[in-house]
Amino acid sequence: MSAETRQIIVDGLWKQNPGVVQILGLCPTLAISSSVVNALSLGLATTLVMALASSAVALVRNAIPQAVRIPVFILIIATLVTMVDLLMHAFVLPLYQVLGIFIPLIVVNCIVLARVEAFASKRGLAHSFLDGMMMGLGLTLVLTVLGAMREVFGKGTLFSGLDLAFGPAAQHLVIHVFPDYQGLLLAILPPGAFLGLGLLIAARNWIESIRARQASERTGQAQTVQT
Amino acid sequence: MSELRRHIAITAIALLGFSVVGAALLSGTFELTHSAIEDSERAAKQVLIAQTLPAGSYDNDLVRDARTLAADALLGLKRPGLYYPASRHGETTAVVLEAIAPDGYSGEIKLLVGIHADGSIAGVRVVAHRETPGLGDYIEIAKNPWIRQFEGKSLSNPAADNWRVKKDGGRFDYLAGATITPRAVVKAVRNALDYFDRHQSELLAAAAKESQNVR
Repeated sequence: MSAETRQIIVDGLWKQNPGVVQILGLCPTLAISSSVVNALSLGLATTLVMALASSAVALVRNAIPQAVRIPVFILIIATLVTMVDLLMHAFVLPLYQVLGIFIPLIVVNCIVLARVEAFASKRGLAHSFLDGMMMGLGLTLVLTVLGAMREVFGKGTLFSGLDLAFGPAAQHLVIHVFPDYQGLLLAILPPGAFLGLGLLIAARNWIESIRARQASERTGQAQTVQT
Repeated sequence: MSELRRHIAITAIALLGFSVVGAALLSGTFELTHSAIEDSERAAKQVLIAQTLPAGSYDNDLVRDARTLAADALLGLKRPGLYYPASRHGETTAVVLEAIAPDGYSGEIKLLVGIHADGSIAGVRVVAHRETPGLGDYIEIAKNPWIRQFEGKSLSNPAADNWRVKKDGGRFDYLAGATITPRAVVKAVRNALDYFDRHQSELLAAAAKESQNVR
């Protein structure tokens, strides 16, 4: 794995994570993350669209005039999303019934446009594809954790609605974390999403600060040894 | 100056080019998919229509016997829709009406309302909607049994004043976080009952005639 490839993966999943570092595309993120299944579904659909959009823009980047690049990017993203929507509806109906309602939401997610503008318009096809994929997965990770937090505290369950994706057999996979739980409405409503995301951002910053302290202690020790 | 003109021309042509390619891709995909999408929507609709009536309460092919429903404000239909008479042994037992709740949170909510010949509701299903996933989509039977509370209700049960969600002083449950959605559905279902009440004789008679023709 080249250093550049590793850099793209680490950026997408951790250093430049769209959910907790870039804090982009929050409107669908916060609206959908009320359960694990919803959050994961939207995350995966977004990942697919981001990988496709970044690849498409990387392919034609030299033909796009600088002055009108944003309208062209939006045109490409909207065209791709609509095509994915139609093709899924026609050929993979079971998947569409789960993800279908999320797909039009992705057009308005600014993280797609942000990655196209910041990355794919300047880089080659392979790296752009990887960047779209990793940014999408980074967002999926945050969404899923947020969805799990909100679902556990809001409804007392995990993976509710899984049977919609995998058939009635998946019904028994639904975990009732607290039996006879009355539910905490705040966690399900939008404020719960903001509070949950705030906690996640804080948690990430906390981990980063510990790592930074460890790193500085290590260099400090190294310096003491030298002197 | 000519340099600037050249620049503008190139930019405009590139933008036009991308738009044309985008439009071509979209219309190509549409051509490729629209019959498959129509088929799957029809199949999904058949399943839904069957769900609005008790199993075994009819013996005709609902989709084949479908009849046109004139555009009507009560049903929210701006264009003619369809209704599906259900009959057993040639006698009309119920009709399933297409209805649209025009005031959902994000646009129209398309419904199927099954009504017994006596004016009580057999079942209601949502065919298509664009409500917020995770908030307003509990009107779908796949997500929540909410929609089943209409079963057995009629214009007099509950009384007209109580044909509202509980938040507005009525009898119908709703889930917190989305009130506009159930409000729109309750109103549309009530309006469909109203329509049935006014056009009862035509709806039931036409259905009976149809089943005679089939025989």
